[in-house]
Amino acid sequence: MALSLGFHIIFAVIGIGMPVLMAIAERRWLRTGDDVYLDLAKRWAKGTAILFAVGAASGTVLSFELGLLWPGFMEFAGGIIGMPFSLEGFAFFSEAIFLGLYLYGWDRLSRRAHWLCGVLVAVSGLASAVFVVIANAWMNAPTGFEMIDGRITAIDPIAAMRNPASVQQVVHMVLAAYATTGFAVASVHAWFLLRNPDNAFHRRALGIAVLLGVICAPLQLLSGDRLAKMAARLQPAKFAAMEAHYHTESGAPLVLGGLPDSDAMETRLAVRVPRMLSVLAHGDVSAEVTGLDSVPRDDWPNVAIVHWAFDTMVACGTVLLVLAAWVALRRLRRRDLAGSRPLLRSLLLAGPLGFIAIETGWVVTEVGRQPWIIQGVMRTEQAVTPMPGLVVPFVLFAALYILLFVILLFVLRRQFLETVPGSEAEAIPA
Amino acid sequence: MTYETVLGGAILVAVIAYALGGGADFGGGMWDLLATGTRAERQRQAIEDAIGPIWEANHVWLILALVLLFSAFPPAFAAIMTALNIPLTIVLIGIVLRAAAFVFRKYDVHPDAVHRRWSTVFGIASFLTPFFLGLCLGALGSGEIRWQDGQAITGFFAGWTRPFAVGCGLFAQGLFAFLAATYLAVDTTADPELQDDFRRRALLSGVSLAPAAALVFWISMNGAPDIFEGLTRWWAPILLALTSACAIGALISLWVRSFRVARLLAVGQVSLILIGWGLAQYPYLLVPDITLASAATADATLRMLTWTLVAGSLLLLPSFWYLFRVFKGRRP
Repeated sequence: MALSLGFHIIFAVIGIGMPVLMAIAERRWLRTGDDVYLDLAKRWAKGTAILFAVGAASGTVLSFELGLLWPGFMEFAGGIIGMPFSLEGFAFFSEAIFLGLYLYGWDRLSRRAHWLCGVLVAVSGLASAVFVVIANAWMNAPTGFEMIDGRITAIDPIAAMRNPASVQQVVHMVLAAYATTGFAVASVHAWFLLRNPDNAFHRRALGIAVLLGVICAPLQLLSGDRLAKMAARLQPAKFAAMEAHYHTESGAPLVLGGLPDSDAMETRLAVRVPRMLSVLAHGDVSAEVTGLDSVPRDDWPNVAIVHWAFDTMVACGTVLLVLAAWVALRRLRRRDLAGSRPLLRSLLLAGPLGFIAIETGWVVTEVGRQPWIIQGVMRTEQAVTPMPGLVVPFVLFAALYILLFVILLFVLRRQFLETVPGSEAEAIPA
Repeated sequence: MTYETVLGGAILVAVIAYALGGGADFGGGMWDLLATGTRAERQRQAIEDAIGPIWEANHVWLILALVLLFSAFPPAFAAIMTALNIPLTIVLIGIVLRAAAFVFRKYDVHPDAVHRRWSTVFGIASFLTPFFLGLCLGALGSGEIRWQDGQAITGFFAGWTRPFAVGCGLFAQGLFAFLAATYLAVDTTADPELQDDFRRRALLSGVSLAPAAALVFWISMNGAPDIFEGLTRWWAPILLALTSACAIGALISLWVRSFRVARLLAVGQVSLILIGWGLAQYPYLLVPDITLASAATADATLRMLTWTLVAGSLLLLPSFWYLFRVFKGRRP
């Protein structure tokens, strides 16, 4: 399940981000009449289609797996988180419909109608992300029900969806999806521009892709900060594990890196920034920050994993932020992006960072919640299927996913690397 | 009418829509594998053109049915997913392989050996997936899966390994093949040779459905007594008459080449068969331990879900109509 989610999150992120790029490209084509943008929109649409097909398959696997692996959880919570999942189903539906229209409707729809379909794909992608993340947020901050004798009663699905974690988590995830897609796509086009700096197609592509990254990366910093403050309040165990913060204290230092040792209750070889943690958690240099010592040992997540995942995520985000600043600076000084080889090289290398940040961020929220599957309500071992030999489906699904991934790379490579777009288009003088 | 009945009906509608859309896409895959003769490549191309724009949207019906099931009837979802873990896993593998194969065929630019191998995977997955889906639906009604105190006490092999379920699986395959061939006969109006190919295929699979249906009905006497009893209630003869009328009408229309009428009647036939199954199984979700009422979740959720469905349909049905009008409508 974790593995499936780990894969799916990548496809899903691209499924949210790519339609935006594709719609922007088509919009520019409509505005300027520049056929390079049309070519770009078509190629990005193909990429979107491939990823969507694979994403839809992995999403189907997930919805089955909910039941195949977690019948206990679904029986318990289906009535509550079913609501956002149903809404997500509708969003997914309209995404599939309009993507079909978009992909195959180039010569059957008017230009405006076609572009609108592209916009609707992007909007539906966004909506499905919102609903799925709401469901996850509920697991972190369960509300909207009462527990009587271990059974859930008085369910209020609306209240459950308006749980305190929803807004922060949704914003964080959506921004992450946009920024990641922007930088990942920029990376691909930077690779081409390094070889052929005058290619008009890739110059325009890069321009649109970094735009998305440059806008979202700084917003992500704000959103991350607010999310962390919320975690400090609602899930102190998770927050303490993220920061490898063992002892409750005021004016707590921020721990960077290091080797958390849960038995000795200390983190060795770490860099410490005095009082910084109190600021991050509560916006006050002397605020008290709850440490793991205030949480029963049985309720601790794996501190080393959560701490390192968190620091990796933040590091990736920081690098992307610096890169975004670099791009923005060059743009403000009206210098050509493709003219700087160091910038192109950095963009190329930064391509995977967004995905790493998303995967590690997801590890933080999931592993950080352990041993709970629903924070404070249900433990993970109560939710898992009684089916013996879980190893078999695990290996099977792992193999399937690896297969999907290999196919994906193979097809994408054949699609995009072995054809040279825009080669006949005239180069723009730098 | 209670909310759980409405939602149960909605699940049935989603299953029917999935059979009519996604099922036909499976059928297309079967004919893809069976494409032979000098026109094989053209047949494959026609199938790909027909499926391409709509198959993602068709696929979502399955997800909708699943999501409704676990949102409105969580214990039933848990029970079904536990007891039918093995065949459902196989269905999943089939779905994933099919998607992968389709992507590969569609977007891979070089028609070489690797390409052809993926076509074969696509075809085989198209055969197996509906079989196991039918198997699972059959198992639900067999009465052999018992669920007590949140445990599947009959283990992981009950129901779906019996002749009745196998019969349902085979029947589903035949039904989807028939649907696909009938649709394709309409889609290939521009190419009379291909249209003839698909007409022959539709007639062949359509005729073979009748004895298959009789066989499944006969097995249900022992294999699924509750379904059998359901099929002998007062409404059953009416439904049977309607279904048969559709089936025979579809075959005659194919014979006289009124392909659009044939498509309409085939749709009617498949819908009626599934409605019959739904009515026979009502009020059970999983015969004999789980009913709609016993598995229903809190009223507040049911109410919300129902209204979400209504609102969602208002948004989606026009979109759906637009999709099909653009790609399947009459072209000048």
